[in-house]
Amino acid sequence: MSMPDFQLLRPTTAADAVAMRAANAASRYVAGGTDLLPNIRRGLVEASVIIDLGNIAELTHIEFGSDALHIGAGTRLATIAGDAAIRSRFAALAQAAEAVAGPTHRAAATLGGNLCLDTRCVYYNQSEFWRESNDYCMKLKGEGCRVAKKSKRCYAAFSGDVAPALIALDAEIEILGPNGSRRIAIADFYRDDGMAWLTLAPDELLTGVHIPLCDGWTTAYEKVRVRGAIDFPLAGIAVALKRKGDTLEELRIACTGVSSRPLAVEGLDELKGKPLDAAALAIIVAQTEIAAGAMRTTLVEVLYRRGVAPVLARRITERLWNAAA
Amino acid sequence: MKRILGLWINGRWREEAVAENALLLDYLRDGLGLTGTKQGCDGGECGACTVLIDDQPRLACSTLAHSVAGRRVETVEGLATEGNISRLQRAFHEKLGTQCGFCTPGMLMAAEGLLRKNPHPGRDEIRSALAGNLCRCTGYVKIIESVEVAAGVPA
Repeated sequence: MSMPDFQLLRPTTAADAVAMRAANAASRYVAGGTDLLPNIRRGLVEASVIIDLGNIAELTHIEFGSDALHIGAGTRLATIAGDAAIRSRFAALAQAAEAVAGPTHRAAATLGGNLCLDTRCVYYNQSEFWRESNDYCMKLKGEGCRVAKKSKRCYAAFSGDVAPALIALDAEIEILGPNGSRRIAIADFYRDDGMAWLTLAPDELLTGVHIPLCDGWTTAYEKVRVRGAIDFPLAGIAVALKRKGDTLEELRIACTGVSSRPLAVEGLDELKGKPLDAAALAIIVAQTEIAAGAMRTTLVEVLYRRGVAPVLARRITERLWNAAA
Repeated sequence: MKRILGLWINGRWREEAVAENALLLDYLRDGLGLTGTKQGCDGGECGACTVLIDDQPRLACSTLAHSVAGRRVETVEGLATEGNISRLQRAFHEKLGTQCGFCTPGMLMAAEGLLRKNPHPGRDEIRSALAGNLCRCTGYVKIIESVEVAAGVPA
């Protein structure tokens, strides 16, 4: 299938990009292009104007501040995964960036692109012929959700790897709009809706993330996937914990691939100030089960994805706890 | 709409009018006749369209031609010099790293990118570098051995 016609704009500042977006209602941003360009070609996304963010130098910084790490949204995933300081001080972030697709994708794909990744579903990421034959679905051109037939909402799954790591690291997101910039907690960047999974307004641009320094913490990200080298997560878990002697001082767990947004596992506060014993691990498993309500959006069994997320959470937490001893 | 695009293709500077919506893959194959770069899955899943952009392996099917303006693009056609195939190509030939041949240009360019950055990679590094390239004949063992031979590992 050939590429539909569009006009290509190549701004050199974030402010210009936002102005171009505001001036063209049917425009879309493209950064690395690894998600958007195949989707345009498959007819999943329509745009008469494409705004290429690849020429904006101000969006590609990695800066260690006095209290936080600042990363521009245009920074390539390969750069983040290969940065020695990020690998040692923000392991979950480096591991998540490295877990995205294959090396040729990571060389092009950006932090911002991965955070804004379109939600995925076995009924959506298909050719036009396939979707038409199946009478489409509510995410594009059709009615109803094929995954949950009686549902009024779309259950396409968010499958970005970096977002859960940033939730576990308690990061904030910087957004630039026509009226200036604003900062929000990363969890507030997402919505539990496969069709409108971002709270980003159409005229806004994600420009960067701020991650509080976390020296004294240990963090990690892991995912399960069909092919270990390249696939999207069937389930992905990020864990950040702080151990003090024999007690757990802080614990944050976040998951991806198992709902329409990446989300923090709730109900872990009661574990603070106690050792990580069998009872604590049982609570981690139970709470992650609640968060990981995967639906039938992949060819892999739902029960496997719902079951493997808690196991990953338990294993990673136990490993980090022992490593921090 | 077309717009002037200037870039290096296999060591030669080119400037011509190219459609704004052209993918690098379409420009190479249809615009320049460089059909060594293959169109496989067309969705960034198979690696058959891998080319080098400033020495780094990238997917031509997921890259807009205009987004690489001014950069150095290399395709499989650029590997041979003065009619002689490169050491890497010879290794694929001698170690039977090619079966049907469809994935070979992508494999070669991904491996070439690795060897430029790391002339003596270990087996795991080779496997990681080729992780995004699928071989429909599943001839992965011979492909990895071919790269090892090119990297100077005794066969």
